[in-house]
Amino acid sequence: MSHGANKAEKIKEISGVNPLRCMKCGKCSATCPAFDEMDIKPHQFVSYVINDDIEALTSSKSLWKCLSCFACIERCPRDVKPGKLIDAARQLVVREKGADYLKADEIPELLDEELPQQLLVSAFRRYRR
Amino acid sequence: MQRIGVFVCHCGSNIAATVDVKKVVEIISKEPGVAHCEDYQYMCSEAGQAKILEAVKEKNLSGIVVCSCSPRMHEGTFRKAAERAGLNPYMVEIANIREHCSWIHKDMEEATEKAVILARAAIAKVNLNAPLFPGESRVTKRALVIGGGIAGIQTALDIADAGYEVDIVEKTPSIGGRMSQLDKTFPTLDCSACILTPKMVEAAAHEKITIYTYSEVDKVSGFVGDFTVDIRKKARSVDMDKCTGCGLCQEKCPSKKTPSEFNRGLNTRSAIYTPFAQAIPNVPVIDRDACIKFKTGKCGLCEKVCQAGAINYDQTDEIVTEKYGAIVVATGFDTIKLDNYDEYAYNQSPDVITSLELERVMNAAGPTKGHLERLSDGKHPEHIVFVQCVGSRCNDNRGKSYCSKICCMYTAKHAMLIRDKYPDVKVTVFYIDVRTPGKNFDEFYRRAVEEYGVNYIKGQVGKVAPQPDGKLLVQASDLLDNKQIKMEADMVVLATAIEPSSSVRKIATMLTASIDTNNFLTESHAKLRPVESPTAGIFLSGVCQGPKDIPETVAQAGAAAVKAIGLLAKDKLLTNPCTAKSDELLCNGCSVCANVCPYGAISYEVIQVNDHGIREERRVARVNNALCQGCGACTVACPSGAMDLQGFSNRQIIAEVDAICR
Ligand SMILES: Cc1cc2nc3c(=O)[nH]c(=O)nc-3n(C[C@H](O)[C@H](O)[C@H](O)COP(=O)(O)OP(=O)(O)OC[C@H]3O[C@@H](n4cnc5c(N)ncnc54)[C@H](O)[C@@H]3O)c2cc1C
Ligand code: SF4
Ligand code: SF4
Ligand code: SF4
Ligand code: SF4
Repeated sequence: MSHGANKAEKIKEISGVNPLRCMKCGKCSATCPAFDEMDIKPHQFVSYVINDDIEALTSSKSLWKCLSCFACIERCPRDVKPGKLIDAARQLVVREKGADYLKADEIPELLDEELPQQLLVSAFRRYRR
Repeated sequence: MQRIGVFVCHCGSNIAATVDVKKVVEIISKEPGVAHCEDYQYMCSEAGQAKILEAVKEKNLSGIVVCSCSPRMHEGTFRKAAERAGLNPYMVEIANIREHCSWIHKDMEEATEKAVILARAAIAKVNLNAPLFPGESRVTKRALVIGGGIAGIQTALDIADAGYEVDIVEKTPSIGGRMSQLDKTFPTLDCSACILTPKMVEAAAHEKITIYTYSEVDKVSGFVGDFTVDIRKKARSVDMDKCTGCGLCQEKCPSKKTPSEFNRGLNTRSAIYTPFAQAIPNVPVIDRDACIKFKTGKCGLCEKVCQAGAINYDQTDEIVTEKYGAIVVATGFDTIKLDNYDEYAYNQSPDVITSLELERVMNAAGPTKGHLERLSDGKHPEHIVFVQCVGSRCNDNRGKSYCSKICCMYTAKHAMLIRDKYPDVKVTVFYIDVRTPGKNFDEFYRRAVEEYGVNYIKGQVGKVAPQPDGKLLVQASDLLDNKQIKMEADMVVLATAIEPSSSVRKIATMLTASIDTNNFLTESHAKLRPVESPTAGIFLSGVCQGPKDIPETVAQAGAAAVKAIGLLAKDKLLTNPCTAKSDELLCNGCSVCANVCPYGAISYEVIQVNDHGIREERRVARVNNALCQGCGACTVACPSGAMDLQGFSNRQIIAEVDAICR
């Protein structure tokens, strides 16, 4: 197994996504609010994983532009969850470098009563530098 | 002990490539009771069957085991061969060494061992087989068709033309089904009503056809050739014989606020109504939930204006009981509800409509008299966006997993018709795939693009947002340009998935006909018996079996008719002799078996018995052979072991298990 394929397996494992379910309809990309900011588009996350092109994915702008809003996950007619793929790719990068933007004990100070938990988790993943 | 002949089939390489047939023959030849054993390439062929005949004669065989494919394929073939050889056909057993063995194993040694074991089990069973004789049951020469859409109408016409009586039961006030709601039809663009109405008239005028509209099937009993059905004729409140169809009552009725079912709720109708102008019969019904007379006791206007004196508020539902030899289901379809698809704003904006609603908008008799206009403000649209696959091909829990099959073609039709009539209107279609297999279908779609300038974009719509100025903002993907696009539209048309009529579950339960996870009726064999239900005497016509367009529906309707005619042409049917039988000496009359029998085949009677010199009366179970389907439920339920299935007796099954475990 190539290095890339290994990473693709890892992404599938972390995300629990089976990219082969995708029928290439493009509804995810039609829904995504961050589409214009992205270089690799949500429907392409799926094909990049299928084609083992993980380097391109992990070095993409999209990795940091995805809002983790999960609109694509909500709307995908095949229940593919493309947002989870990019989320997993992000985790791959975070785990590899092991460099956290935030330290866990810095969090309480920053907390806002109104803050949705989902946002917190997403923030952790995204702003790790 | 029987003298048994065992025949091991190669099925070409289907069996022989995985099972060592020679070795099976070698081992089985030594089994006690086996007087003859051989292998052959195709046992089902003429030559293969001849081998059975020959061996029976030469070796004086009394029982046959064929090690071959599933009994569903060739049990009948081999039973007939045995009969020709002078044996009772029920002295044949099949050991399924193909589906149950060679097809599912890879290792030859293991597969061969299993084939031997399966053969031994069949031998053990044949040893206990006894000749069985089928009974006879009569065939009522009359068919019932449930559903009066194009499928039901065509099936009824074909059966009637062959000379048999047919009744159509249609639940709405008129026959015609969905086709009566369509404007023009692909691929030839002829007007739907123009081609449907003559068929409706022909059915109504046919001396062999009786049409029950505004009626439903209430109860079904009996079995193939001899069904008894209760039909509920709902109270119409209008006398069918007196009404002249003048329509005065509908004009004068003051209760006019009920959403019109026929126009998909896009406008309203009166409480007394015929769904559409060409309705058959052209006799209105009173919707009692909307009628002022029924709600408050006042009004009664229709009765006053009706010159024919046809209004009858006292009518009640009537039950007609009729006997049938065959039943054809033709209950059709509906479009799915879009409540789970908020992103299309279907419930927020009247300018977002389904394709079926568009059919009504385009139709001269529809809510806009055929003018293409926005339903919100009556304005002429500049740009219309079509979305295909709405709710079809969905693996989430919002829609249907299947392709609805007709939407690609009717969307091309709609786009073309609009561009033809209103060349100033821009039309955009969002598609995932355009699927146009069918004669002249792809040419039709290409015409929409090439001649009519319809803009097809590969991608989906993610969001439809109604704007303050009344426009609709459509956000979508264009996968070929890898862009997300936003465009303004005046109308959005959703090619909505279709699903079987909601009443089909109830119908299927009454008929004990099986349905799949999507509620489509299941055919007996996907390829070889596509218009027959697995339940004998029940046939399938139209979209109730799976998505179809009109040409396919009509073809299938004819096929279902032929199958029904084939059944009605018989005077008698042979019944399956593998029915249950209770042993009077063991039965204690507990009623457990009658409670589990799904066919109501078991009753009880009191008999005189002489038990060791003591005369007494006993209540015992009796099985009606004509009703028993041989399901075996009672034999398992019986606590005293009195109930046994002929041909599958408890002893035979235990013997098979013993042989397998040996
Ligand atoms: C928007 C749209 C456009 C279309 N355009 C085209 C086209 O251009 N060309 C084409 O070839 N096809 C077209 N079709 C497909 C076409 O409508 C169907 O192929 C056809 O109507 C199927 O006929 P059917 O008789 O099987 O079902 P239906 O037309 O649905 O008829 C079923 C009948 O059974 C009745 N029924 C249901 N349940 C019961 C019950 N329990 N008891 C009694 N009666 C019952 C119903 O009331 C109905 O009258 C279109 C479909 C749609 C949705
Ligand atoms: S919405 Fe789902 S099925 Fe469609 S392209 Fe995106 S991931 Fe694939
Ligand atoms: S989760 Fe990310 S990719 Fe998916 S719609 Fe939201 S921003 Fe776009
Ligand atoms: S009695 Fe009922 S149906 Fe007749 S006119 Fe009045 S409301 Fe209409
Ligand atoms: S075998 Fe089935 S159908 Fe026959 S009597 Fe028993 S329960 Fe009824």
